[in-house]
Amino acid sequence: MKLNINGAEQEFDVSPDMPLLWAIRDHANLTGTKFGCGMAQCGACTVHVDGQAVRSCITPVSSVAGKRITTIEGATQSSKVTQALQEAWEYFNVPQCGYCQSGQLMSATALLGANPHPADADIDAFMAGNICRCATYQRIRAAIKRAAGQLA
Amino acid sequence: MTAKINAGRRHFLKTSVGALGGLMLGVYFTDAAADEAASMAGMAGPGLAGEAGQKAALIEPHAFVRITPDNIVTVIIKHLEMGQGSHTGLATLVADELDADWGQIRTEGAPADPSKYANLTFSPMMGTGGSTSMANSFQQMRKAGAATRLMLIAAAAERWGVHPAEITVKAGVLSHPSGKQASFGELAEAAARQPVPEDATLKTPDQFIYIGKSNLRRVDANAKSTGMAHYTQDVKLPGMLTALVAHPPLFGATVKAFDAAAAKGVKGVVDVVQIPTGVAVLAQDFWSAKQGRDLLQVEWDDSKAYQGSSDLQMAQYRELAKQPGLEARKEGDADTALQQAATVLTAAYEFPYLAHAAMEPLNCVVHLHDDGCEIWNGEQFQSIDQPAVAELLGLKPEQVKINALFAGGSFGRRANPKADYVLEAANIAKAYPQRQPIKLVWTREDDMRAGYYRPAYYHEIQAGLDASGKLTAWKQRLVGQSILKGTMMEMMVKDGIDPTSTEGSGEPYSIPNLRVELHTVGDVGVPVQWWRSVGHTHTGFATECFMDELAHAAGKDPLEFRRALLQDKPRHLQVLNLAAEKAGWGEKLPEGRGRGIALVESFNSYVAEVAEVTVHADRSFSVDRVVVAVDCGVPVNPDVIYAQMGGGVGFGLSAALGEKVTLKNGKVEQANFDTYPVLRMPQMPSVEVHIVPSNEDPTGVGEPGVPPLAPAVANALFAATGKRIYQLPIGRTV
Repeated sequence: MKLNINGAEQEFDVSPDMPLLWAIRDHANLTGTKFGCGMAQCGACTVHVDGQAVRSCITPVSSVAGKRITTIEGATQSSKVTQALQEAWEYFNVPQCGYCQSGQLMSATALLGANPHPADADIDAFMAGNICRCATYQRIRAAIKRAAGQLA
Repeated sequence: MTAKINAGRRHFLKTSVGALGGLMLGVYFTDAAADEAASMAGMAGPGLAGEAGQKAALIEPHAFVRITPDNIVTVIIKHLEMGQGSHTGLATLVADELDADWGQIRTEGAPADPSKYANLTFSPMMGTGGSTSMANSFQQMRKAGAATRLMLIAAAAERWGVHPAEITVKAGVLSHPSGKQASFGELAEAAARQPVPEDATLKTPDQFIYIGKSNLRRVDANAKSTGMAHYTQDVKLPGMLTALVAHPPLFGATVKAFDAAAAKGVKGVVDVVQIPTGVAVLAQDFWSAKQGRDLLQVEWDDSKAYQGSSDLQMAQYRELAKQPGLEARKEGDADTALQQAATVLTAAYEFPYLAHAAMEPLNCVVHLHDDGCEIWNGEQFQSIDQPAVAELLGLKPEQVKINALFAGGSFGRRANPKADYVLEAANIAKAYPQRQPIKLVWTREDDMRAGYYRPAYYHEIQAGLDASGKLTAWKQRLVGQSILKGTMMEMMVKDGIDPTSTEGSGEPYSIPNLRVELHTVGDVGVPVQWWRSVGHTHTGFATECFMDELAHAAGKDPLEFRRALLQDKPRHLQVLNLAAEKAGWGEKLPEGRGRGIALVESFNSYVAEVAEVTVHADRSFSVDRVVVAVDCGVPVNPDVIYAQMGGGVGFGLSAALGEKVTLKNGKVEQANFDTYPVLRMPQMPSVEVHIVPSNEDPTGVGEPGVPPLAPAVANALFAATGKRIYQLPIGRTV
């Protein structure tokens, strides 16, 4: 099966029901996308499919063939929004354990793509699907707003 | 008690030219220093030292700093980075004394070697816990930095033919008034050949360039903001297989028989092996292993399994609490004082099991080879894991090499006193005849159902007030499981009392007649473990909620009531007053809103929190604001302290609102975040943190922000509604 990950088309010899997460991690060897729950509860596995945030742990590879898949590695290279968020993430020292942060950044990138100037309530609503067990939420909120300001 | 590490301790230093031709600095400690380390043992938190710590007669090299010709200073960090900031914190100490540029600092996890990297709080053991990383490293890491600096100066003086006293060091560059300059990297090799200074003078606080400053970027911030940080889950080695294990649904059950035919038919599945904890499916990738495991047919032997239920268990705890328990603490005569009291109040508090539920489910990579075994792990307790694996595999501990990676959270879980998941990985490697590296991966469900929870507890407290409303008597009875019993740390259990069961009960208040009793339950087969702030998670709640209730019964303001009982506790008083002042304690709130206060000392740090809540017409509520005041001695990294207090508030609130693990007929009823709800962004309050300025030796911040949160919220809910909370979690409504 052919998958387009971060702009590169690659052939994957995997079963069609394999969740995209494991194709990305175990076969494309891109480990920035994390496994947290396996049932779209925590958001650690968030990637973009044609620009939309999706939970890759429940997305079968068969459903994304021919679509543009972007992981944190790809977004770091090519997305100005992600880069602005990353600058803000570092500025506020957002990460603690850091395990959820790729997913947080991919969700935040999708948020700013849809809503360049989110209010606190918009941020809360959009980011509610991404768990941070270290509870870095307050800094994530601040960093999203800083990035939004920088991009304006 | 404050950790005082004698700055004047004698030590020897040794250098060697490292593999990359740069400077490797080793610090050797003498017997006297080891004795001193031992004398500190047992002073902190869950205090893993006890008698083992009394015999810290190890005089071994500690290698902490490596400077390479590329001008990079790598600080070797002996404590796990699990989010709490140990890498940034310990690197700050070295960078400051070294006068390095922060940008040239890198860190790496130390290898498992207790002879070099013991935690001086529980020496001779190597491990991370009890919020001790900064406390036990403060002098050690600064000395390593200061000695390295002197050697760089000596090398420059020799090269330039000048007196060392004429050389200054700033931001990683050595300079002489003549205009000569050199970077650390340029001098690294020459510095390595210098004699090692016996006792480098440490800076005084006014000379600090990084310690106490808020503007440092975390050393791991970039890697963790770009997906590049490396966790156990990300390890990939040539030929590596992924293993998933079918665990028994009941604690204590074992494999009776299994049929692996269907599992082996899954493409990618390589083998299926039985291990002591279940049946392992080995495959080329996670998904194949998962599918294989789903198709396994396992028959379990439940004859020795625990089959209890949580509601019944708590009912038994309530019954037990009617009988006197073992005496854990006694002041005066509580029974007589209760009889003489003008008012007697009684309350009981119930606490469920709690899962750590770190974002990275447990995992471990083991490669068994001809000369030993190599492990990759978010390694938190080397002195447990290394000998346990060595014994299992018939190796010497030094043949078990452990690579310490970042952990995607832990909250105590990766410091398992029985090396549970590490041994499981080693058992799979042992059972599998081919010597490929094995990555054991637990799913979220495996992680949540594996036990090693914060134990369930029941507290009953009686207290007496005299006619003037003064607290005269306190009698507290606790019922629950011991964390330390049956582990390598059992020697800390004294006269049947596990100090991690009762720590903090009735503290820190001056109460003339006080008795704390404990019933340690032995017949419950649910494994338990320390969970971020350990016993204080429940003793802090019971004590601080009841204090609040007593204050109201005495007709006094809860803040004033506490103040009167803290007259000889200046550090407690200071954080209490600071939190109250910053929160606007005493200012009126609108109808439906409430403010609550709580104070808990844990791990030698002092934290007071004021929570503000809003209760809505449908009895749902939100926690809007939490003001934190913390005294943790010298605030080495203020930004890390802010983050840990904020994180502690979030972690404490998560548990207070919705976390509980329950059992029905032995089976854990929760499995994933849908049934074990943790805090999400919309529930996160606004947190303000105020740090008490201090020159006392630093103490921990990873755990102490957690305990005061739940009682502060419960007390705020009372202020808003008049209803007391006696059971956690609180749930969605009050």
